[in-house]
Amino acid sequence: MRRQEESPIVLLGSRLLSPYIMLFGLYVIFFGHYSPGGGFQGGTLLAASILLIRLAGGRRVSRLQIQEFATTPLAVFGVIIYFATGLVAMIMGGYFLDYEMLPFTGMEPAMVRYWGILIIEVGIGLAVMAILVMIYDNMVKGEDYA
Amino acid sequence: MLDFFLGHYAYWFVVILMCVGLYGILFKKNLVKKTIGLAIFQVSVVLYFVSIASKWGATVPVKDSNIPVEQVANYLNPLPHTLMLTAIVVGVATLGVAFTLLMAIYNRYGTLDEQELLEKIQ
Amino acid sequence: MIDSHLPALIALTFVLFAILIPMFGLWKPKSSQPLAVLGSGIASVLSLYAFATYLQTGSIRYFFGGWEPPVGIEFVYDGLSGFFVLVINTVAFFVLIHSRQVARREFPGKEMPYFALAMLALLGFNGMILTGDLFNLYVFLEISSLASYGLIAIGSRPAPYAAFRYLIIGTAGGTLYLLGVGFLYTVTGTLNIIDMAAMLPTFATNTSVVAALVLMVVGIGVKAALFPLHGWLPDSYTFASSSSTALIAPIGTKVAAYILFRIVFYLFGVELTDAVAPITTVIGILAAIGILYGSIMAIAQTEMKRMLAYSSVSQIGYIIMGLSLANPLGFAGALLHVLNHAVMKACLFLVAGNLRMKEGHSDISKFNDSYRKKYPWTMASFSVAAISMVGLPPLAGFFSKWYLALGTIDNENWIFLAVILISSLLNAVYFFRILEKVYMMNPKKDQKEGSDAERNEVGFSMMFPTSVLAIALFVIGFANAAIVGILFNIFPM
Repeated sequence: MRRQEESPIVLLGSRLLSPYIMLFGLYVIFFGHYSPGGGFQGGTLLAASILLIRLAGGRRVSRLQIQEFATTPLAVFGVIIYFATGLVAMIMGGYFLDYEMLPFTGMEPAMVRYWGILIIEVGIGLAVMAILVMIYDNMVKGEDYA
Repeated sequence: MLDFFLGHYAYWFVVILMCVGLYGILFKKNLVKKTIGLAIFQVSVVLYFVSIASKWGATVPVKDSNIPVEQVANYLNPLPHTLMLTAIVVGVATLGVAFTLLMAIYNRYGTLDEQELLEKIQ
Repeated sequence: MIDSHLPALIALTFVLFAILIPMFGLWKPKSSQPLAVLGSGIASVLSLYAFATYLQTGSIRYFFGGWEPPVGIEFVYDGLSGFFVLVINTVAFFVLIHSRQVARREFPGKEMPYFALAMLALLGFNGMILTGDLFNLYVFLEISSLASYGLIAIGSRPAPYAAFRYLIIGTAGGTLYLLGVGFLYTVTGTLNIIDMAAMLPTFATNTSVVAALVLMVVGIGVKAALFPLHGWLPDSYTFASSSSTALIAPIGTKVAAYILFRIVFYLFGVELTDAVAPITTVIGILAAIGILYGSIMAIAQTEMKRMLAYSSVSQIGYIIMGLSLANPLGFAGALLHVLNHAVMKACLFLVAGNLRMKEGHSDISKFNDSYRKKYPWTMASFSVAAISMVGLPPLAGFFSKWYLALGTIDNENWIFLAVILISSLLNAVYFFRILEKVYMMNPKKDQKEGSDAERNEVGFSMMFPTSVLAIALFVIGFANAAIVGILFNIFPM
């Protein structure tokens, strides 16, 4: 197989698109309450923006965006956000993931549930993004192209 | 008779996709093609769930200020969509594990064809 | 306060340790195995405490997120799920103690991913048993399956191929189960098991319900290694490493059998299952064929792990045959056999691990009678487990086969009774073959080979779980009246 040549046109197009995809991914995560969206979908879009640069430019360029060793701590952090919310709810006396019991003061229960769902979705989005990037990185590890 | 076919067209799509997926798993020799057949099989079940969620004359389950929320017949059923989000993520994780296993098989044996693999393992 | 949270805590312990093991393992790889043992130990203690609480107070229903069912997802801790959780957590604890030296020998450098995957697999198994929601069961089924594929692939050279075949078949089975859940949701509109069990009798003859039952039984039958769907099992158990097999073999198929129990007895009820198609009869016949097929194939094997894998196919046939009898004696016999087989199979696979650690192989044709001098404790545990598998009193295996036989007599099903007796004889053939090679001196060979061997037993961390499991077989055998008394109380009619 011929060694893959890096094309400057593809790289330029990806570099132009990637920030907008990332922004749209964040929009999808945060608007999961009002429109179709949420943690899984937004996380996939964020991962798409990162994988676009990895596919177009190779390891040399993508290291500037997200390093390869940084994805594992990000994934663990996302999972920890999810379970810490659940555990805090359990410690405060409710069931696991009972958002009503979260310690936000001065809000009515519906708003506390709103914030609880938002925190969970951010955790899920972060974890999904990190894991999808980690799958790709592990698959191309050790190859001499890209 | 025509009414039977046209009335259940969503179910016919589900059945055709399932058969295509099962054909891929059973009759294709290359391991990557088997994985693709598995993915098609999972997508057919996702299509089934989404098809039972839809209703004639209903709108997206996002709260519309014109229609009061108590008249639930105007909105689609959002529960199967939620279940299928989880099922799609499970499918993605399965594909991730499958491709990692395929890479391990390729690194150890140098081929992804089932006949050659069975000869090399024996 | 902890009492009311017990069902969730058992599953959450594994999540906590699945997060802790990568965190500490990246910093210090040697700490993965003690953390795994600690997590599994905490879960075993919690499940023991929860079962004791259940015997006094009754079942616990735990609503996640505060949402009452049928709107929310719940965990149901009743007698059946409590019993299974107790069995699998204690067996997993002993297997994880054993895996310390095996991990160092068979897959050095991969300890952190291995024990993290083991924690996730146990999370999936516990979640599958405890949940009261059908779709949640699918999610936990896939979690445990994906972790099992990873655990099996960490092994010898052909292991990724065996894991890939298991992946294809297992995921197809899970997807068929999901389609069955979809049919049930279309008909009843709910996903909660207790709620649906109240609604189903009105839909008894609806074609979708019968199709859903068949799809669910086939889908879960793939995981439970029911006779024609067992093809993934021999390769996967043989090529995986010794401690992966010892972790998955006693537990994985039992949890799938639990799901079959839940579907046939609790969700549908025995009359509804047989209302349109004779499903319990068909399952019973397939299980009987599986028992005979597994025993005959096991006799033909020369490698110990492969023989034990085919023996597992045969033993899960006993459990499913007990399910198909659908009377209290068969139910008690099947559940007692779940407990017995988990302990016996774990002990046998740990013995195979010990032999592989010391000899480098577990090929039966190379066994000779120097083993009884070199590995006295290992071969003693093997003898106890083998005699229990055959079914001789006072060991545990006799009582489960006894209750199953009483169940078949209750149903006047003489074919199944004959199958149980014939397969016990076949079990005797392939186990006593090994005992003969190890304990009885070959009169043609030199005397020196046996008497010269020195004692070369495996270390304490490998010997302790094997012996404890073997001693447990005696304990279960002597205490079986109390255990069966508890099991009769669990029967849902």
